[in-house]
Amino acid sequence: MNSIDLAKRIRQSSLEMVHRAKASHIGSALSIADIVAVLYGGVMNFDYCDADAPHRDRFILSKGHACVAVYAALAEVGFITHDSLKTYGQDESWLMNHISHKVDGVEFSTGALGHGLSFGVGKALSAQLLAKEWRTFVLLSDGEMDEGSNWEALMFAAHHKLEHLTAIIDYNKLQSLQSVAQTLNLEPLAEKLSAFGCSVVTVDGHDHAELSRALAVTAKGKPTVVIANTVKGKGVSFMQDQVAWHYKSPSKEELHQALIEIEASNA
Amino acid sequence: MRNQFIHDLVLRAESDDRIVLIVGDLGYGVVEPFAERFPDRFFNSGVAEQNMMGLAAGLASEGYHVFVYSIANFPIFRCAEQIRNDVCYHNLSVTVVAVGGGLAYGNLGYSHHAVQDYAFMRSLPNMKILSPGDPNEVSHCLDHIFNNPGPSYLRLGKAGEDNFSSKSSQLKSGIFNPIRILNDSKSAVIVTGAICQDVMSYYFKSNEIDFDILTCPIWGMDEKSKIEMQLSQYSRIVTVEDHLVDAGFGSWVLEGLEPSSRSKLRIVGLSSEVCGMVGSQSILNHKGGISKANIDKFLEEK
Repeated sequence: MNSIDLAKRIRQSSLEMVHRAKASHIGSALSIADIVAVLYGGVMNFDYCDADAPHRDRFILSKGHACVAVYAALAEVGFITHDSLKTYGQDESWLMNHISHKVDGVEFSTGALGHGLSFGVGKALSAQLLAKEWRTFVLLSDGEMDEGSNWEALMFAAHHKLEHLTAIIDYNKLQSLQSVAQTLNLEPLAEKLSAFGCSVVTVDGHDHAELSRALAVTAKGKPTVVIANTVKGKGVSFMQDQVAWHYKSPSKEELHQALIEIEASNA
Repeated sequence: MRNQFIHDLVLRAESDDRIVLIVGDLGYGVVEPFAERFPDRFFNSGVAEQNMMGLAAGLASEGYHVFVYSIANFPIFRCAEQIRNDVCYHNLSVTVVAVGGGLAYGNLGYSHHAVQDYAFMRSLPNMKILSPGDPNEVSHCLDHIFNNPGPSYLRLGKAGEDNFSSKSSQLKSGIFNPIRILNDSKSAVIVTGAICQDVMSYYFKSNEIDFDILTCPIWGMDEKSKIEMQLSQYSRIVTVEDHLVDAGFGSWVLEGLEPSSRSKLRIVGLSSEVCGMVGSQSILNHKGGISKANIDKFLEEK
């Protein structure tokens, strides 16, 4: 499956999961659908038959609340069954509403923001110590960059030249209550990251060709940060750029309408 | 104790290349033997404890056993969520090493008084607490850590402590270490951590004591079920710890005793009145409520 089709399936499955579970965070999942699709649809090296394959690339979803997008991808590429997605958010399901390492193919549980990048730094450091070529990808939210731990992690990663570490910031510019700019302005984000010693690339986070190019490369002696400009709720007209869809779960009618829009979309 | 720690860690790291030491910009005069011998496996993470603990978990997830070294509260409370979520929830081999447990840094003020650490650590599933009382127990605790990988917390005193425990004894998790045992004693004093030094100075050389002295160097949530069976012979039990009485070692023992046994227990620990005071370790322990007189008073209670 190519990444465009994978992204469409991620959006459809994510919508169905949150509707069934009456869960939140669909806006966040739709925001990262293309990034996740490009990673699992071509950039990352993995073996769905062996989640612990030593040579695999490691992916960490630091914004764990957007987990349905990753669960959907894991089902599409074969780590878990499509049937298991139906248990999302149900009593005693492994597929809990923040990403869980109990699910095949998931490296690390998150939910509290500001944890994934440091954990990824540890993994990337391990690869460096062992002279391994596998890469570590950490997907963060923009609001999450408020956490001081991320800046600690970036300092460490740059100091130790962790070039196999790639952080991706899902820059949809909406936080839980207001815009990023109204909450704690991150700008000038690229310059800050660059000043911390990272190789910084800014892309359209819904353009698969741009994402693929940016995620395929590493920088000599530096960690890479990809700033992915995204739209929260991307792909569903009435969810796009709306803080409310950080919380709301689509009704049956809203799900129906959303699925029609996703099906009709070209990207 | 800290010198014994680094000595044993270096020794073990010679044969185990998965051992990594991370320090939080502390450890001057202590960690150099490891740093010089294993420069590739030694990292100073800087004054950034959250990242220090998170990256330790990441390294451990790739098979390393990571020792994270700092002083007093610094590797505990600033990175408490990383210990809870990243280390313990994922059951990773990270050993948090705090030097200066209790009131060892008494003159440095409340920021440096590690008197709530047990309360946090003992509330974490998968976390093992190791609170040795002398250098021999440090060695045994490290053996236990190496042989039982997983999350652990090693609480050390400072340096220059005397040995009172046997070098040859085998320490087991949740099993009290007999220091002085009498025939058919009905009372016991159980001590954990560096405060053992004080308690032994009260009683160790005395020929007049009529109670057993035990230490508890390895404990935690999973070991509570082992408490009652070891203490059923006693009608009076006094625990001693250099930690607030609240939610510490004595509370752990209390929770492990059958309800009918709980009235046998008396807890000697620190009162919250000591919080905010400064002074030498011995003065603060005494002002906080840890004294021979208080232990004797409880032992003599009918």
